[in-house]
Amino acid sequence: MSARRHPGLSVAPGDAHTESEAEPVIFGFWVFLMSDVVLFALLFATYAAMRAQGIAGGPTPRAITDLAGAAIETALLLTSSFTFGMASLALKYRDDTRRLARWLAITGLLGIAFLGMEARDFATLIGHGAVPQRSGFLSAHFTLLGTHGLHVAAGLVWMAVMFARIAIAGVDDRVRLAIMRLALFWHMLDIVWVGIFTFVFLYGATG
Amino acid sequence: MIPEDDARRRELRAYAIGFAMAAALTGVAFAIVAGRMMGTGATLLSLGGLALVQVAVHFRYFLHIDLEKSHRDDLQLVLFTALIVAVMVGGSLWILWDQHARMM
Repeated sequence: MSARRHPGLSVAPGDAHTESEAEPVIFGFWVFLMSDVVLFALLFATYAAMRAQGIAGGPTPRAITDLAGAAIETALLLTSSFTFGMASLALKYRDDTRRLARWLAITGLLGIAFLGMEARDFATLIGHGAVPQRSGFLSAHFTLLGTHGLHVAAGLVWMAVMFARIAIAGVDDRVRLAIMRLALFWHMLDIVWVGIFTFVFLYGATG
Repeated sequence: MIPEDDARRRELRAYAIGFAMAAALTGVAFAIVAGRMMGTGATLLSLGGLALVQVAVHFRYFLHIDLEKSHRDDLQLVLFTALIVAVMVGGSLWILWDQHARMM
């Protein structure tokens, strides 16, 4: 029973020993996440400046905004955040590895679908000659979205590693902690995406 | 098993509430733009506001940052990061716009 309770993602009472061991690990990961947020914030600042000052006669934000595509990508990523929440609950309250694996797999598939949509967006832009080297605005656009996409891809690789470790060793305490950190990472990427769909796609469509 | 089940149900509800709120906020934001409901200035302003609220919802319901004592360190870290982000983003924009104005 005690091995099933963990702090960090959401603290359950009891099991003071594991809690005190896990706490610095989770807090350290929070520090990493926040430094990652600073990175994204500066990419957003660059994007904001470039969308106003760096068009250079190339396509404008409005010209390259695909609102329907953005809506689908947003739905995929938001749903994947929720399904990871379900995986976290399966991890915390049930000793049911198959349930955990099922929710993680759904989350992973949603992530893959998201990346597929994003790759399609990039291919469309490049097909229309809207390549990163065309203007400062397009450089900033590809850098911001590309960095987020790379993070999602890294999350998917991490997820695959988790599957391998569960398959080999089962869900031990180290795997548990790793999945909790992956959950924080995944939810954080969704928060960054809130900024992207607002300031890139919705602002882009508004003009 | 009963208190454990209770806690599970409470957390499940929190995730569901978070998901519903986030979906509603996103839907409103997209509807404002797709339906051209307001002028440009008002649209940009309300979109920014909706994004801010949605970020808070994600932190509260998905990342479990709240005012409970056990989360105080995390909350302070998040708030400090928000301060750093505000200074760095605000400063960058200020400098870039000033420079742009001088080069015109």
